[in-house]
Amino acid sequence: MPAVIELDGLNVRFGRRDILKELRCSMSGRTIGLLGPNGAGKSTLINTLLGFYRPFAGTARVFGHDIRTETRQIRALTGYMPESDCFIASMTAVNFVRMMAELSGLPSEAALERAHEALFYVGLGEARYRRLGTYSLGMKQLAKLAQAIAHGPKLVVLDEPTNGLDPPARQRMIRLIREMRDTNEVSILISSHLLRDVEETCEEVLILKEGRQVHYANLEEERRANRRFLELETVGGDNGFADAVTELGCECALTSAHRMKMVLPESFAIRELYRLAGERNIQIRRLSYRRDSLEDIFLKAMESANGRP
Amino acid sequence: MAVHKRSYRSYAGALTPAWSRFTIITRYAFKNLFRSKMLTAYFVCCFFYPVGCAAALYLNHNLSFLSIFKVHEIFAVDADFFLHFLGVQSFFAFILMAIVGPGLVSPDLANNALPLYLCRPFSRAEYVVGKMAILVWLLSLITWIPGLILFLIEASLSGAAWAWANLGLAWGIFIGSAIETLVFSLLSLAISAWIKRKLAAGAALLGVFFFGSGLAQVINAVLETKNGYLIDLGNLLTTVDASLFGHTDVVNARISAGSAWIALIAACVFCVALLERKVRAYEIVVG
Repeated sequence: MPAVIELDGLNVRFGRRDILKELRCSMSGRTIGLLGPNGAGKSTLINTLLGFYRPFAGTARVFGHDIRTETRQIRALTGYMPESDCFIASMTAVNFVRMMAELSGLPSEAALERAHEALFYVGLGEARYRRLGTYSLGMKQLAKLAQAIAHGPKLVVLDEPTNGLDPPARQRMIRLIREMRDTNEVSILISSHLLRDVEETCEEVLILKEGRQVHYANLEEERRANRRFLELETVGGDNGFADAVTELGCECALTSAHRMKMVLPESFAIRELYRLAGERNIQIRRLSYRRDSLEDIFLKAMESANGRP
Repeated sequence: MAVHKRSYRSYAGALTPAWSRFTIITRYAFKNLFRSKMLTAYFVCCFFYPVGCAAALYLNHNLSFLSIFKVHEIFAVDADFFLHFLGVQSFFAFILMAIVGPGLVSPDLANNALPLYLCRPFSRAEYVVGKMAILVWLLSLITWIPGLILFLIEASLSGAAWAWANLGLAWGIFIGSAIETLVFSLLSLAISAWIKRKLAAGAALLGVFFFGSGLAQVINAVLETKNGYLIDLGNLLTTVDASLFGHTDVVNARISAGSAWIALIAACVFCVALLERKVRAYEIVVG
């Protein structure tokens, strides 16, 4: 799969302060999450990719276009939903989205058609002739999303898309992002400090802290890898079961008399556990794969970043 | 993303040429501007004087009308006539700039809308040119365009010999109005970019002219010099206009035309620098 975003030693400096330091990775997922605590550099990275800030050293590429020299091409391929309140209060939603689509290069009639479509798509169809200044916060977020997708970009950049949304509005936003992802027509870059949002929508995640890249993960691969971790609860028998499992090549740790955690070797078949249990007259009451949540990944990344010299 | 299908689809149709995109901002701003009845009424009023001048030019050559007064002509159509015309229209242009100018950039800044414009294949320069085109169009429509129409009317009435002899006047009308339009437009955009509140921006715009004029008088009186005029924009424009129409007496009374040109160019460069600093998607906080 061709890379959507490649970071090549990217360094951004404001004055004497390094905001982004030596970012280096290649992201090719349909939905890429940018995670990190406040001030980690997520928005700065987005703004640099869009050409608002110039890199101090290194570079980055979006769909192969260099951010130093091909900003215009990158912007033509991108739709951007900023974090802060951005709109023109005196305009109706349909005029606003139409103007933004025209600025992206669409002819006037096509822009009007797609403005209507985008507003219907995000759920503002009935309110599209209302002035943006009269919209609620949730509606403004949706209008921002509409202007970001009206011109049919190849990459949609969403900066904190669920900020300030109530639970139903948040669910709606997450659903829209997933729907767009599943069309396979667009790549999505989501910056958020809400792990749940990223976990529910993203395939890849880049975790930043203090401008540094502390972890880059393909969530699907991480989830597959986590299938080697097992939690087991048994009834009957004795510690001999744990020893027998260890002899089969598993790492095993007892957490209580009848509970254990184990790491299975690559080629290990689960039926071996049932066979051993049967031989020792032990009942397996619960067997679950311990799935690392994004929170685990995030916390591990933060811990390793703290331990960094 | 069809309305009925409600699904996302990318766009693969034709695109407009990149050079033409600045006109989109101008087009939308015009739609918005002329929603105001007050502005529309004022804009119509700006044409009263040119229409009156056109009627006067016609009557000036109407023998049956002149015979009532037993004269060959009521007034001479020369540099003074066009300089006076420009002076009157400049006043209307100044008021129009004070009404329209503050509302050009400040609402976009107040609403944080600049990232939305600039995240597209649309540069900061195109944004400024698009906004400036609004004032350029409006001011052109009430200054050099009617001025040149009056010149053509007089030329058609007086004959080709008059037109050839006074070709410099047409040049003066165009250049004088163009420099005035440029200064007014850049100044109002710069102030609009730095002052988010529309009313305050309007007041600051008027202040630059009136306060500048007052300060110039104070500097001249205290330091016994004429260099104070260099910060009086109204005076600079009058001096340039006078030099274009060959009125050396006005020029000699104040500052040289060359100094006025240089001061105006410096003012324009300063305004461009102010715009460069402020018209950005995000301000960089260096700490």
